[in-house]
Amino acid sequence: MALSEKDVQYVAKLARLEVTEQEVAKYTQQLGNILGYIEEMSKLDTSNVEPLTHPLDMKNVFREDVVKPSLTQNEVLSNGPEVQGGHFKVPKIM
Amino acid sequence: MAFEDYEPVIGLEVHCELKTATKLFCGCPTTFGNEANTQVCPVCLGLPGTLPVMNGKAVEFAVKIGHSLNCSIADYSKMDRKNYYYPDLPKAYQVSQYDKPLNYGGHLDIVTKEGTKRIGVTRAHLEEDAGKLVHAGGKSGRLDSSDYSLADYNRGGIPLVEIVSEPDIRSSEEAHAYLTALKSILLYIDVSDCNMEEGSLRCDANVSIRKKGTEKFGTRTEIKNMNSFKFVKQAIEYEIKRQAAVLDKGERVIQESRLWDVTENKTKSMRSKEEAHDYRYFPEPDLVPIILDKAYVQKLKAELPELPGAKRTRFEKDYGLTAYDAGVLTAEQELAQWFEVGAKVTKNPKGFANWMMGDMAAQMKEQEKELKDLKFDQKKLAELVDLVDAETINSKQAKEVFLELFNEGASPAEVVKTKGMAQVSDPKAIEAAVDKVLAENPNVVVDYKGGKQGVIGFLVGKVMQASQGKANPKMVNEIIKKKLDS
Amino acid sequence: MELYQKTIHEIAADLKAKKVSSVELTKATMAHLKAVEPKVQSFITVTEEAALAQAAEADKRLASGNDVTPLTGVPLGIKDLLCTKGVQTTCASKMLEGFKPPYNATVVERLNAAGAIMVGKTNMDEFAMGSSTESSYYQKTKNPWNLSCVPGGSSGGSASCVSADQAFASLGSDTGGSIRQPAALCGIVGLKPTYGRVSRYGLIAFASSLDQIGPMTKDVEDCALMMNAIAGHDPKDSTSADVAVPDYTTEMKKSIKGLKIGIPKEFFPEGMNPEVTEATKKAIEQLKSLGAEVHEISLPHSPYSLAAYYVLAPSEASSNLARYDGVRYGLRVPGENIVEMYSKTRAAGFGPEVKRRIMLGTYALSSGYYDAYYLKALKVRRLIKQDYDQAFAKVDIIVTPTVPNPAFKFGEKTDNPLTMYLEDIFTISINIAGLPALSLPCGISKTDLPIGLQMIGKPFDEATLLKAAYAYEQSTDWHKRKPTLKES
Repeated sequence: MALSEKDVQYVAKLARLEVTEQEVAKYTQQLGNILGYIEEMSKLDTSNVEPLTHPLDMKNVFREDVVKPSLTQNEVLSNGPEVQGGHFKVPKIM
Repeated sequence: MAFEDYEPVIGLEVHCELKTATKLFCGCPTTFGNEANTQVCPVCLGLPGTLPVMNGKAVEFAVKIGHSLNCSIADYSKMDRKNYYYPDLPKAYQVSQYDKPLNYGGHLDIVTKEGTKRIGVTRAHLEEDAGKLVHAGGKSGRLDSSDYSLADYNRGGIPLVEIVSEPDIRSSEEAHAYLTALKSILLYIDVSDCNMEEGSLRCDANVSIRKKGTEKFGTRTEIKNMNSFKFVKQAIEYEIKRQAAVLDKGERVIQESRLWDVTENKTKSMRSKEEAHDYRYFPEPDLVPIILDKAYVQKLKAELPELPGAKRTRFEKDYGLTAYDAGVLTAEQELAQWFEVGAKVTKNPKGFANWMMGDMAAQMKEQEKELKDLKFDQKKLAELVDLVDAETINSKQAKEVFLELFNEGASPAEVVKTKGMAQVSDPKAIEAAVDKVLAENPNVVVDYKGGKQGVIGFLVGKVMQASQGKANPKMVNEIIKKKLDS
Repeated sequence: MELYQKTIHEIAADLKAKKVSSVELTKATMAHLKAVEPKVQSFITVTEEAALAQAAEADKRLASGNDVTPLTGVPLGIKDLLCTKGVQTTCASKMLEGFKPPYNATVVERLNAAGAIMVGKTNMDEFAMGSSTESSYYQKTKNPWNLSCVPGGSSGGSASCVSADQAFASLGSDTGGSIRQPAALCGIVGLKPTYGRVSRYGLIAFASSLDQIGPMTKDVEDCALMMNAIAGHDPKDSTSADVAVPDYTTEMKKSIKGLKIGIPKEFFPEGMNPEVTEATKKAIEQLKSLGAEVHEISLPHSPYSLAAYYVLAPSEASSNLARYDGVRYGLRVPGENIVEMYSKTRAAGFGPEVKRRIMLGTYALSSGYYDAYYLKALKVRRLIKQDYDQAFAKVDIIVTPTVPNPAFKFGEKTDNPLTMYLEDIFTISINIAGLPALSLPCGISKTDLPIGLQMIGKPFDEATLLKAAYAYEQSTDWHKRKPTLKES
């Protein structure tokens, strides 16, 4: 599974990361090396192994349906790069 | 190829907001309509470092939905992250369920003109809602022409159950019936307000068509932004016609999302949709699996009230109602319960039902009254039914008495007594009145004898008038006929 | 000895005996911190005013004698990925420059409740991704033992501030070795608790199923005292274990006679730094002389742990870091439309290592690759855990070197990301299995750089780890050695 520059461009787009041409070339090489190392795993036969998502064997952690205090509107917006009328403002979506 | 040669294939995805007190992963309230960003905390704002904790009540409601739709409840269920970028999504992923939903493999029975039909329910899973965006600037305040958007996260994190039907639906009527039945069930089990205007019930439709008799599915489109069941029906009808026209031209239907435009009554392509989203689903590492105890799952099933379908069948059987009447009375749980109390105190449940669906419904609508506002109880309405059945009063008089009952809460028996409305059913008295009317209307008598049977109505009317409406109309009719035919 | 050179347990006795007040202590510590800081650069933010206010409050508690804990009035450093209410929390990234969380991490709340003093937020690798603290957007932290060497990472600043006596202890975080490796490189004690032992609420996430917060201290007893304050169930963290917290100092001073120690043969590969090998072997002998039994064990799947880690961690990170999009907080670079804004903001806000890992993770999770990478890594994870479960059926703790070599020079490993990743080769499998592990000093190299010994324990058995570490520590004097802040 060799990594191509096209793959890197696709992935950068998915991850919403603007990349220059030089960066694409550099990352293709670096990521390719890392993936090559990761390929080691394919040597292991894991056909009868269950995946382990959590190191802990936990289940059913629930909380009561009881209202707790929210932040104030000011606190919510306090770190907002651009706010307007109690909302977060973002540039056009389409 | 003619339009009738195509068969529509429709699947519906309904998002139902749960009426828990708090959001799915934090203690913020779920109330609708408050000022922007006042029901938000670090968790539902997606601030760095925050973590979700599952609302047990939401799981309970979700399982109840599963039971009410005849689903299997998963032995092992988990939450997954659905990753995509949109400004209403604070974490840039939605916590949802991918391959191990809480409920799966159920069904819902619907009743249409053609009869009963079973619509499969693929799954009903738990997920969190996104915030709300207002599109502003630009020409119309709509997404495709706005300069900027404003984000409010009050709604972000509210628990949703997404109910996905199998593509078993074959017409817009069936779709409408499915939605109505589903809403009724959700209201019966009291898990949601099901208010489409407030967004606590939302529907997307997947629509495709294929040549009748073929098995392969056609390309489907997803229709969004339909804010009422009526619009869902219209949008589906439009889309079926649109796709048929496309195929007839020899072109292909494009797989895409389309918006229902209420001003132009069309579905429109949502341009800007690039490639299909790669959601990169993976198990949510901040939450642990849901492995519900079987006794608990059974307990939730036992806690369900009698559902609309079962109640309808029972009403038909126990009270001799037609399927249609039973359907009307069970559409809302409170109405069904009100009826059932009455059905037990009256000798004529069917008659009782007719009064409810007729005059009572009409007055409630006109005067904007709800069941809790009524000034009378079922016993009093039953009294009225009995009076009519005993022919103490005729149907016209009964309508008058009903108004007193509705507006004043007056006892029908009292009203009849006070107003001296008791129907006159004494043959001698009626004969006397009939003789008088026949004598006063010789030409009409001639017409009748000449073959115009219909004029009898006029004569009955005259007798009723003369008796101030108190004469027994059936008897009047019989006596007039007897006299004229002799 | 200066006040600020003491340990927590020593200074706690002084505070309790009223030989010194917290305000005096904090002033003295702060003065030293600032004197040394131009050389070491441990802190992104120093909170002098707030610290003095906290110290005044602590003095009230100490005076009344009510509600006094060993940490009351003691100055500590906090890694800059732990949310501190109203105080800048940057994760050493441009993305969060100026970000002030409106809430405290649970561990910070617990330290506040204990009456501890926060002197500042310590430097780290950006978003905890790295092993040298070189990827910090703000500054390079120097190793107090040799200022031209790295302190390790990602908790480099947390390690250096303790090593240089700028704070009595600090909190770091560990995802693949980020507490243990800098502890080893800076000659201090660092503990990564069992996954779920310490609440992650308020820890800005890197890899959710691997991250843990832990103490970095001057000696083992201090480590136990810190654990007493921060460990325990938190209802705000669904992955926090509901397991009782013992008093970690109770078992600590007991004999380790009969303690079974496992030495995994896979952890002594060819070509290892001979000084590290020698120091480790000497330490194992020392443990034997204290009564421990040594057994050879095997962790056959451990050679695959780096590969599994470099799928799991970046995958989770790619999702955890997606929220940095310029909408609600942090950096925003304007754009014509939202996609442009997202892309420019994230390009400007993240450094190259962070971008590499985000792309790696995005790729591993993407359609068509999930099974080969992410799912495969989850399966390898189970195999690695099973290796440890089997080993712990035979032994009580496992001992290995912490890192393959002592501190390296700046720039030495930044050309090829893989060489940096290999730093974590001995620490990484522990995070994958969710086990507790600590590092403590076991030697000094010929070039005067510390060497660390790693001890790995059974789940929730930090007490045994601390006991073994304490016994070893007290029979040597590595923990008494101090760096000289020299350059070479």
